[in-house]
Amino acid sequence: MSFDTWLPAAIVLSSMIPGMLIFLLREESHRLRTLLNMTGALVKVGLVIWMIGGVYDGQNYETRWTLAPGLDLVLRADALSVLFVALSTLLWLVTTIYAIGYLEHSPNRSRFFGFFSVCVSATVGIALSGNLLTFVIFYEILTLATYPLVAHRGTPDAAHGAKVYLAYTMGGGALLLVGAIWLQALVGPVEFTQGGILGVSPEEIRVELILIFFVLLGGLGVKAALVPLHGWLPQAMVAPAPVSALLHAVAVVKAGAFGIVRVVYDVYGVEFAYANGLLLALGILASVTIIYGSLMALTQDSLKKRLAYSTVSQVSYIALGTSIFGPIATIGGVVHLVHQGLMKITLFFCAGNYAETLGVNKVSEMDGVGRRMPWTSLAFTVGALGMIGVPPVAGFVSKWYLGLGAADAGSNWVIAVLIASSLLNAAYFLPILHRAWFRPAPKQWPQEHRHPGRFEIAGALLWPPVITAALALSAGLFAAAPFTPLEWASLIAEREYGR
Amino acid sequence: MMIDALPLAVTLPLIGAFAVTVSPLHARGLGLMAAVLTAASALSVTAAVWSDGVLRADLGGWGVPLGIALEADGLSAAFLAMANVVALAVSVYAGGYFKQESARHFWPLWLLLWSALNGLFLAADLFNLYVTLELLGISAAALGALTGTREAVAANLRYLLVGLLGSMSYLLGVALIYAAYGVLDIGLVAEAIEPGPVAWTAMTLMIGGLILKAALFPMHFWLPPAHANAPAPVSAALSALVVKAAFYLALRLWLDVFAPVLNEAAANLLGILGAAAVVWGSWRALRAERLKLLAAYSTVAQMGYLFIAFPLLAATPPGLARDNLLAAVVLLALTHGFAKAGFFLAAGMVQKTAGHDRIDDLGGAAQALPAATFAIGLAGVALIGLPPSGTFLAKWVMLEQAMILGLWWWLIVMMVGTLLAAAYIFRVLSRAFNREPTPYRFVNDARTELPALLLGLIATFGLGIAAQPLWVLLEQGAFG
Repeated sequence: MSFDTWLPAAIVLSSMIPGMLIFLLREESHRLRTLLNMTGALVKVGLVIWMIGGVYDGQNYETRWTLAPGLDLVLRADALSVLFVALSTLLWLVTTIYAIGYLEHSPNRSRFFGFFSVCVSATVGIALSGNLLTFVIFYEILTLATYPLVAHRGTPDAAHGAKVYLAYTMGGGALLLVGAIWLQALVGPVEFTQGGILGVSPEEIRVELILIFFVLLGGLGVKAALVPLHGWLPQAMVAPAPVSALLHAVAVVKAGAFGIVRVVYDVYGVEFAYANGLLLALGILASVTIIYGSLMALTQDSLKKRLAYSTVSQVSYIALGTSIFGPIATIGGVVHLVHQGLMKITLFFCAGNYAETLGVNKVSEMDGVGRRMPWTSLAFTVGALGMIGVPPVAGFVSKWYLGLGAADAGSNWVIAVLIASSLLNAAYFLPILHRAWFRPAPKQWPQEHRHPGRFEIAGALLWPPVITAALALSAGLFAAAPFTPLEWASLIAEREYGR
Repeated sequence: MMIDALPLAVTLPLIGAFAVTVSPLHARGLGLMAAVLTAASALSVTAAVWSDGVLRADLGGWGVPLGIALEADGLSAAFLAMANVVALAVSVYAGGYFKQESARHFWPLWLLLWSALNGLFLAADLFNLYVTLELLGISAAALGALTGTREAVAANLRYLLVGLLGSMSYLLGVALIYAAYGVLDIGLVAEAIEPGPVAWTAMTLMIGGLILKAALFPMHFWLPPAHANAPAPVSAALSALVVKAAFYLALRLWLDVFAPVLNEAAANLLGILGAAAVVWGSWRALRAERLKLLAAYSTVAQMGYLFIAFPLLAATPPGLARDNLLAAVVLLALTHGFAKAGFFLAAGMVQKTAGHDRIDDLGGAAQALPAATFAIGLAGVALIGLPPSGTFLAKWVMLEQAMILGLWWWLIVMMVGTLLAAAYIFRVLSRAFNREPTPYRFVNDARTELPALLLGLIATFGLGIAAQPLWVLLEQGAFG
C-alpha cells in the first residue's frame, strides 16, 4: 500500500475525522474546535496541491475498497475530479473562516461545524468517485449532512425549508439509486471512464439506456436545481449565510451539476449522448432553467432569494456547456463550475455581511450600502459584474467559451439563450449596484451593529469575500496562465475528446 | 477446546439465570457477568466457524438420532454474532436502566431468553428447535409485561397466545415429518424428504407458524402493542432479536430442509406478504404518534423486506449470484438487528428524559441528549437504507438481482418503502432542532447512551463499509 493508493481516501478523511471529533466537543471549547477545523482545512489544501501536481503529470491515484463482491468503493483522481476537489477545498477553507466569525456566540456550534465538515467530505467524495456506486453513496451522505445545516436555526421557517429540501433531495436520491441499479444490472459495474463506457453497448438495450439517462438526470437534476426540480433551493435560504454560500457555490447544486457532467462524459460518452439526442434534451432543459431562473430572480426583493434564483439560472450553464457537442463548449461548462463557485460564494458572503452589520435583507433596503460598507460592496460588485459576464471577471470567460462553443457546433439558439440570460442578469444585478453606490443612505439602518475595529466588520467576515472576489477577478484576468481554472478545463476537454 | 464453546453459548446464560434467581440482591452484577461470558463464548463460536468451518457437538455422548446435537455453520454463526453483540449492549444498558426492584425480575427472564435464542441458532434438530422456540416466546412475553401496566399485560398476553399458536403449528409440522420419515436432525430430514402432500403440509404448518412469530403482514397485529409497551431494553431485544430468530428459522428450513419441495408460488406468496408489510408497516409508522410505536411498526416493515428475499432466492439459479443474494439478505437482517436495537435503546433514553415519547413534543429532550439523538439518527439511516449503512449495500445487491431477473416490481416496492422510511425517521429527527440553546455535552449517561450509539455505528458504518467478512463466513455452509 503506497501513499498514492491512499491519497484520495486521505483527502476525504482530512475533513471527515475533524468533523467526527468536533461532534464530541463541548459547546464552549471553541478554541479546540477552531484548531480542528483549521487543521483539517489546511491539511486538505496541502494534500490537494500534491494531487494537482501528480494528476497534471499523469500520475494515477486510486483508492479501492471492496464493500461486497462486485461492489467496490472507488476514489480516483482524474482531471475533472481534481478541478472540483480543488474548488471545494479552497472554498471550504474560506467558508470555515467566515463561519467561525459569523456564528460567534451562537448556540449549537459543535453540531454545526461537525455537519459542516461531513458535508465537505461528502462533496470531495463525490468529486473523487470513480464509479457510479461510490457517487451514489457520497451523494446521499451529502443530503444527510446538509439537512441539519439547513435546519440549524430551529425556527419554524428553518424546519419548513429543511423539510422541503429533504423531500426534494430524498426523491432525487431515490431516482438516482434506481437509475444506478438499473444501469448496473444491464451493463455491470459502472466505472467512470474518459470517453464513456456505453459507446460499445449492444443495440437492443439502447432504449433502456436512454430511459435510464432520464432517470439519472431526474435524480441529479434535483440537486442541480433544474426546472422543474428547483423548488427546494429558494426555500433552503433560511440556512445561516455560510451554509447558503457553501450550498450554492460548492456543495449541493454543484454536486448535481458535476454528476451531470460525469454521467454525460464518463458513463454515456459524449458521442453516444449526442447521437441519441440526449444532449439536445439536456440543452433544452438547461436553457429553460437559465431563462426561468433569471426571470424569477428579477421579481425577488429578498436579496438571498434573488441570489438563489440566480443560482438556479447560473448553475445550468454547466449543464448547457455539457450539452453542446464540442470541446470548446465543454471548456466553458466545466470552467463555470469553478467560476460560478467563486462569484456566488462572494455574493452570499456579502449578503451575510449586510444582514449582520446593517440588518439589510432586502434589495429595497440597500440604498447607500456602498459608502457604509465599501469593502463588502466592492466584493459584491465584482461578483455581480462577473455573473452578468462583464470582462475581465471570470464569468465573462465562461460565457465567451460557451458562446464560441455553441457557434462552433452550429447551435445558434444557444447564443440567443446566452444573450437573453446576460441581459436578464444585468437587469437584476445592476439595480442593486445602482442602489448601493449611487443612492443616498437612509437615516437609520434596519438593525445596525457597529463594529469597533478599523474596518466595517470583523476580519473573519471581511476577508473571505474580499479574497474570493479577488480570485474571481484574477481567474478572468489571468485566464491563460498555467494552473488557472480555464487551463485546467482545457486539459479536461482535451482528455475527454482527444482520444 | 473450541468445540466446547458451542454448548457454553447455551448453558452459560442458563447458569446465569439460575444464579440471579438464587441471589436476587446481586442480580445486576451476576447478570452482567453472565452476559459478558455468554457473548464471549458465542463470539468465539463465530470465530471458530470463520476459521475452521462447520462446528458440531453431540451432547451427552449420544449420537444422531438420539442425543441433543448443536451445530454452527456460517448462517447460524452470523446471526449468533449479531444477536450476542446486541444482547450484550442491551445488558449493559439494562444495568443502568432498571432500578433494584425491576432488575430482580428482569435478569432471570432475560438470561433465559438469551439462552433460548442461542439454542435456536445452534440447535441441529427440529424438535430441539421447537423447545427453544417455545422458551423464547414465553420468556419474551413475560419480559414484555415487565412494566405491569394494563396495556403492557394485555398486549403481551396476546403476544403469548399468538406465540403459542405459532409454535403449536410448527410442532404439528415437526410431528408430521417425524411420523413420515422417522428422523428429526436437519441434515437427515433434508436427505429423506421428498415432494408430496406430507412434506407440503409440514412446510405450510412450520413456515406458517414461523411467519406468525416473525409478524409478517397480515399476522403482525400483535407486534406493535407488545413491542411499544415493553421497557426499552426489552423492546430492543424483542424487535431486534426475537422476531429475527423466527425469520432465521424460516430461512434455515427453506434453504436446508424444504429445498427439494419448494415451489415458486409459495415463494411469491411470502414475497407479496412482505411487500404488503413494507408498505403498510411504513405507512403506520409514519402515522404513529409515539416514538416506540413508530419503531415497532418500522419493525413490521423491515421484516417485510426480509421476506421479499424468498421470491428472489427462488428465481435465482444456484451459483455465485444466489450466494451473493443470500449474503445480502443476511446482511439486511443483521443490520436491522443492530439498528433497531440501537433505535429502541436511544428512544428509551429520550422517553426517560422527557417523561413521555410523543413525537410532536420531543423538541427539548432530543436536544438535551446529543448522543441518543445521534444514535437515533445513525440507526435511522440504516432503517431507511441510506449509505453508508449495511442496509444500503444489502438493498443494492437485492435490487440489482431483481433487475437482472426482470422482476422490477420489487424495486418499486422497496423504493416506496425507503421513501416512507425516510419520511418517518426524519419526522423524529426534525424534532432535534428547536431554538432552545442547551449546554452541549455529547454523552450524559455513558452506560445507557454508549450502547445505543455503538449499535447505531455498527449498523451504519461497520456493516456498510466492512461487510466483506460476512460473505466469507457464509461460505461455511452446513448442508448445502
